[in-house]
Amino acid sequence: MAVNDYESVMSRKNEIMKKAVGIDYERFAQGKVGFDYERMMSEVGYKLDEIIKIQKETAVGQTPFIELKNISELARKLAPEGKGARIFLKDEAANPSGSYKARRASVSVYHAKKEGYPGVVAATSGNYGAAVASQAVMRNLESIIVQEVFDSRGVGQPEILEKGRKCEAYGSEVLQLSVGPELFYTFLRVLEDTGYFNASLYTPFGIAGVEPLGYEIVQELQERENRNPDAVIITHAGGGNLTGTARGLLKAGADDTKIVAASVDLSGLHMASDHDFNRKSFTTGHTGFGVPFATWPDRADVPRNAARALRYMDDYVTVKQGEVFYITEALAQIEGMERGPAGNTSLAAAFDLAQEMDEDQIIVVQETEYTGAGKHPMAQLNFAKENGIDVRNGNPDEEEAGKSVIIPEHPSQIKAREVDLEKLKSSYLRKVIEETNVKEINDIDLQFLADEIKKTKAETREILEKEFNLSVVGG
Amino acid sequence: MGEVIEAGSWVQIYQVILPAGERAPQVPEDTKKVPLELKVKGFLKEDAELGDTVKIKTVTNRILEGELIKVNPPYEHKYGKMIPELLQVGPQIREILREEEV
Ligand SMILES: Cc1ncc(COP(=O)(O)O)c(C=O)c1O
Repeated sequence: MAVNDYESVMSRKNEIMKKAVGIDYERFAQGKVGFDYERMMSEVGYKLDEIIKIQKETAVGQTPFIELKNISELARKLAPEGKGARIFLKDEAANPSGSYKARRASVSVYHAKKEGYPGVVAATSGNYGAAVASQAVMRNLESIIVQEVFDSRGVGQPEILEKGRKCEAYGSEVLQLSVGPELFYTFLRVLEDTGYFNASLYTPFGIAGVEPLGYEIVQELQERENRNPDAVIITHAGGGNLTGTARGLLKAGADDTKIVAASVDLSGLHMASDHDFNRKSFTTGHTGFGVPFATWPDRADVPRNAARALRYMDDYVTVKQGEVFYITEALAQIEGMERGPAGNTSLAAAFDLAQEMDEDQIIVVQETEYTGAGKHPMAQLNFAKENGIDVRNGNPDEEEAGKSVIIPEHPSQIKAREVDLEKLKSSYLRKVIEETNVKEINDIDLQFLADEIKKTKAETREILEKEFNLSVVGG
Repeated sequence: MGEVIEAGSWVQIYQVILPAGERAPQVPEDTKKVPLELKVKGFLKEDAELGDTVKIKTVTNRILEGELIKVNPPYEHKYGKMIPELLQVGPQIREILREEEV
């Protein structure tokens, strides 16, 4: 009989995971600090054309691509003469489970079926649960979703409650937990108990599943406008949305397209705090995930995270909660599309960025998500008020996460605020050095680190030597 | 004596996964002071009353044990009251769109 206390289960982590994802990550080890990312992606994952075929079988992808004419016009009215790019939107809410996460789940669930697993498990409080549950139904597999839902008062975050309901609607078993990272312990026990597949968000399956999203954007725009997007803006949390989309854009040949990440600014709130848990109005697409996952992707539930956002990000901006609620309302009121707030994070940022771009340029917002009770500005703002948050109209610059949500008084107050990407890149390098304890690295390592932070080898070398006193031998 | 809940009823059970003193070391102070709790739904195996320790069969046919806390557990998340702070958005942006260039 296995011993199931916390320490014992955690110590079996690697063994449990190996069985549950069937990937031998050690195969891809390379040099002293890194691994062969592209080889992992090509050997473990599926090819783009295979994925498109897999996704067709379960009605995933090929979502509507829409020009937001009124929102673009509104941005143009607020912009200087000649400015105000055209804003296009990929309506990912049209996927079977209501978000782009269906793409991410589709390949994992297909793979689980092919490998003969009786079911799939996912640790997620987000749209991913519903995606896994829905895809599992389509492939006749069982599913179990492990969620972090409620605080110590037993009060659930409305958005997560809704996602739990949706999972149950698809016949999934939902384990609802209180706040804390030990969710992972429960997750491991479920994997051990059931022998199900770990439909992790962070395997090559999940990330490759998002590639067609980027690919479709380029195809559609080429067909309609005969050109590539100038910028694609991506709501960013764990980094899979950005990584997969960017890889798809590149595979479609859009190598000049600027990749912009956008997160809701929740700085100051602690993600594992019981007190802070119900003081936020966004449960994903926020800096509480976006920053730590960018600077250390391998914090995920698999040894090598296939979502590595810094490899692809050209810019990173944040928006305030109140601004996203405003733009969500605008999308309904002047475009006739009622969609969930978290998915509109990048739309809020695009609205401001478009005003800095030329009139004939094109910025693509690459997703929307479904909306409904709980997962709606009204639900979230009522909940915020009940939890003592000051909800008011005003200047969103003054919004303080966990204390206030400030709905702009005027759309010109919506701002995409630049995150210092250089700092994030340094912080990634620092983490690598800490984790691996290296004193010097060689050329293979340097190439890996340069790829990881989207810089040249020479630039990376300079940072390593100047900031970290780390020497590079050879090269 | 409470009301008897019949075997086969759709119920929710509750477990403490980790008591307050046994939380993971990296957890912040406020979270350390409270237990890690779990709620899960399934079909009740045998007649019981609220508060009893019971077994359920989940939709994936797993047998789990815990304290019986709810029968036909409801979904109570909603939209709620109108948010006055959002009411201005529609009229305001439609007005801006109507304005002639100056
Ligand atoms: C609708 C939606 N958009 C964006 C994201 C962010 O994706 P990622 O975590 O891969 O960065 C999520 C995931 O949580 C999501 O559900």
